[in-house]
Amino acid sequence: MESSGSLRPIVIPGEAVGGPGLKPGPGTYSEGGQVFAAQLGIRNEHDGLVSVTPLNGRYIPQRGDAVIGEVVDLGPSHWLVDINSPYPAPLHATESPWRVEFGDTSRYLKVGDVIMGHVLSVDEIKRVQLTMQEREARRLNGGIVMEISPTKVPRVIGKQGSMISLITELTGCRIYVGQNGRIWLDGEDRDTAVAASAIRLIEERAQSYGLTEAVRELIERERRSTTGGRPA
Amino acid sequence: MEDIEHIEKEMKLIRADGRRLDGRKPDELRPVRIEAGILRRADGSAYIEWGGNKVLAAVYGPREAHPRHLQDPARALVQCRYNMAPFSVSDRKRPGPDRRSVEISKVISEAFSAVVFREQFPRTSVDIFIEVLQADAGTRCAGLTAASVALADAGVPMRDLVASCASGKIDGVVCLDLNKEEDNFGDADCPLAIVPRTGEIVLLQMDGHLTLDEFQKAMELSIGATHRLYEMQRDALRRRYSTTLEDILKESPPLPAPPAPEFEPPPPPPEDDFGPEGI
Repeated sequence: MESSGSLRPIVIPGEAVGGPGLKPGPGTYSEGGQVFAAQLGIRNEHDGLVSVTPLNGRYIPQRGDAVIGEVVDLGPSHWLVDINSPYPAPLHATESPWRVEFGDTSRYLKVGDVIMGHVLSVDEIKRVQLTMQEREARRLNGGIVMEISPTKVPRVIGKQGSMISLITELTGCRIYVGQNGRIWLDGEDRDTAVAASAIRLIEERAQSYGLTEAVRELIERERRSTTGGRPA
Repeated sequence: MEDIEHIEKEMKLIRADGRRLDGRKPDELRPVRIEAGILRRADGSAYIEWGGNKVLAAVYGPREAHPRHLQDPARALVQCRYNMAPFSVSDRKRPGPDRRSVEISKVISEAFSAVVFREQFPRTSVDIFIEVLQADAGTRCAGLTAASVALADAGVPMRDLVASCASGKIDGVVCLDLNKEEDNFGDADCPLAIVPRTGEIVLLQMDGHLTLDEFQKAMELSIGATHRLYEMQRDALRRRYSTTLEDILKESPPLPAPPAPEFEPPPPPPEDDFGPEGI
């Protein structure tokens, strides 16, 4: 760890990020034994694998990802869910947690409802299927949904969920983070506002070191000011 | 339209001292300035000022390709729209696509198809929009150079940036980066775009006539210039991501008063030097 606030250097597409003997990871490609960046991002090297963590980009679904989606269309036996990616994601009635009669999908989920689900499968032409069979899958009632850049999701979650549990602990909100960059927050209005501003801070400062401390500081400061001097 | 009959057919384009009308040496570029990430609603964007050219580029995607029958199950489409604003030239241009801009859109989208990792996003399209706000010859090169910065800014995976520059012949002298007068009254204009890392040519056109020797000289000039432009593009991207961070390190955005009516604090006014209106 370097001093708080310092930056990791960025690499630009086409820039050499590794020589022979290194394996190209995500965000890179190899040509003639050399490894080059394919995306604008931060270079990482781990166990002989070079990768570039992108600073920007769309969410591309992967099997097993937890996602937060909005129902945009109904079929007799499925729902079509917008998961903030270039690909439409159907949720079949048999993958829902309910026993759905044919043609009765609207009793369970309507257009505009928000769900927390998982990506069941993605095939080679990126046809996506969702499932709500996992334990944490549910329809999300109340609360707010915010959108961040999907590339910043790992920073919001933190190592082993450290960052998100810090925010949950300090604000008392219920928070679900989807890999697709959607975050659902529920709690007292002022608490969700504090949590939302903490997440925005993480999104903006994703590349800097010492983020956990900055987030803790921000939440404590905001909570003091919003509770009107009353000890939290 | 200008009265073509009465325009001087012969115009002296090279001064006695060997310099051009705007004072440039034959191998000199016009001043170029590139700014990355200036449109908030686009996935990636860039603005370039290149001599008298002012061009905006925006990139959206990868996103669902529409109409559906255009989707390619194996790779992404790279679609480009080059458009000149009606006020971009001295005589008002009739708005909408014409033969010229359709052609330019096509060659630019083909140039980018060669560098974007299209196989990673089957059935989608990457949409590039190039808006020429002010034209002064060489707009397709300026547009392409800006669009490649915008693509990188959007986080689209690609082999390299694409840099582009034209060269041509005026008064029998091979010159780099022709301006409007030189383009109108010169003998040839030859735009070129390369992938600077490999030297691969992704766009090459020619208007007019050049001998083989002149053509080789022109290519030499253009290729040298594209490498300089490449550095400017990289610099624009680096600047974009460092200044933002410095701004953020100063202060985080203020929290909306509880109960919060909105959860997105208004963004700080963009600190650019395009005047208070921004772009």
